[in-house]
Formats: sequence, structure tokens, C-alpha cells
Amino acid sequence: MNALDIWMREYPITYVVLGSYAFAFIIFAIEIAMVRHKRKITLAQISMMREAEEVE
Amino acid sequence: MAINWFKYSAPTTFYGLAGKLIPYFAVSAVVLFVIGLYIGFFVAPTDYKQGEFYRIIFIHVAASILSMFLYLVMAGYAALGLIFNTRLSSMMATAIAPTGALFAVISLWTGALWGKPMWGAWWVWDARLTSELILLFLYLGFIALHASIDDPRRADRASALLAIVGSVNVPIIYFSVKWWNTLHQGSTIKLSGTSMHVAMQQAMFITLLACWLYAIAVVLARVRSIILERERHTTWINELPEVKQ
Repeated sequence: MNALDIWMREYPITYVVLGSYAFAFIIFAIEIAMVRHKRKITLAQISMMREAEEVE
Repeated sequence: MAINWFKYSAPTTFYGLAGKLIPYFAVSAVVLFVIGLYIGFFVAPTDYKQGEFYRIIFIHVAASILSMFLYLVMAGYAALGLIFNTRLSSMMATAIAPTGALFAVISLWTGALWGKPMWGAWWVWDARLTSELILLFLYLGFIALHASIDDPRRADRASALLAIVGSVNVPIIYFSVKWWNTLHQGSTIKLSGTSMHVAMQQAMFITLLACWLYAIAVVLARVRSIILERERHTTWINELPEVKQ
């Protein structure tokens, strides 16, 4: 038995919460941030395109 | 009064509808996550065999079901786009793929976390685990293939074929525990009933619903960006208040 095996059996709730739920919510947070960033850069690209068309 | 549902199959009208629906799905998802996790951690009893480790199932089962179901929805949209050449269907398929892939990652990760204390191994080449890993590769293949082709309509058609062919893997994942002698356990909830404690069932179903609502909200948000990107040369995009700013 290594140290991680001993630790997970001593603190099963911490292991479950940090290992699975915290991990899942970090993934969700990263995905939300990526979706928001994508929208921001898409809108910026469109406004740059509009400005370029107006200059022409 | 009859509603013309076909009206919302056009990106022009769907863009606005999606924008209105996102807050409802997002808020409901957060509320259900809080309720589901409260029941899962404070109401549901400790399992007599697995101890506290079983509490991983509330996210693991939800993520696994969604990773499979989202793949079928993605393949369905991709097929619609391929057959009827509908623009929005292909955009929806493209928007679903990253969320499905992330649910597959969560499913595999949480499964490994449960496997270590229960089986004594993070990973085994079991039929259920291996077919779920193949599902993740199919999602990644779909995303990579779509990104590698410059013309979006050609990318839609090529990746749609991959999605449709890959959908054969979903029943393999589902029935793997019946068809083969696997280390992974079979279904606990059957049509004939279940031995699960009622609080465990409630926590699992509420978390599943929360994940569903989260997935819908994030896919709708992503498809709005895809619509903006693909329709940027049209006049209706230039009329949008967020673009005019």
C-alpha cells in the first residue's frame, strides 16, 4: 500500500470531493470560460470586419 | 394557436431564441446541482460495501450517460445536416462535440478514481472502459476532422460521416456489461426495480438532470458563436445590437 492508498482510506470524502467533484466543476468552469471567450473574439472579429468595410 | 417550429430551424430566428433560453437552463442547472449534491452528501447513507467512495457515482453516472446520449444527439444533428443540408443542424453537431468530449473525460476520470479503491487499479482494459475511451477518441476525431477542413460546409459533411459511423459504438458501450464478462458492474437500476436507497436514486437523477441542463445551456451558448462566425457576411448579423455596439 502506498501513501495515496492510505490517505484515500483515511479521508474518503476529501478524496471523492477533490478528485471527482472539484475536477468536474473545474472542467465546467474552463468550458464556460472558453465559450465566453469564443463569443468575445467572434464579436470583435465581426466589428473589425465592419470597420474595414466602412473604411473602404 | 399552432406554433411554426420550422421557423426555429433557421439560424436567424434560432439565435435569438437560444439567447433567451440560456439563462433559464443555466440557473436551473445550478439549483439542481446544489440540491443533488446536498442529497448525495448529506442525506444519502453510507454504502455498506463501498463506504463513502460510492458517492462518486452521482457525477460519474450522469457524465457517462450524457457522454453517450450527447454523441447520439450530435450524430442525429450531423445526419440531418448531411441529408437535408440544413445549416443549423451541422452547427448544432459542431457545438455539441466539445461538451460531449468533456463529459467523456469526466466519466473516465471519475471512473478511475472509483476504480482505485474498489478494484485496486486506476484502469483495466475492460469492455465498458475501453469502449468509453473509444467514444472520447471519436469525439476528438470529429473535432479534429472538422477543424482540419477550411470550408465549413465540406467540414460538416466529412465530420457528419464520422459521427454517423461512430454512433455504432454507443450501443456497444451500453450493452458491453451484458455481452462480455466485465469487471465493470451491470445496471443497478432496471425496469424490474432497484436495490438502491431512495436518497441515492434521487441524488443521481437530480445530478443527471443538472448535467443535462448545463449541457443544453453551454451548447446553446456555443452555437450562438458558431452562428455569428458563419453568418458574419449576412445583413441580419450586422443588425444585431451586440454587433452594432
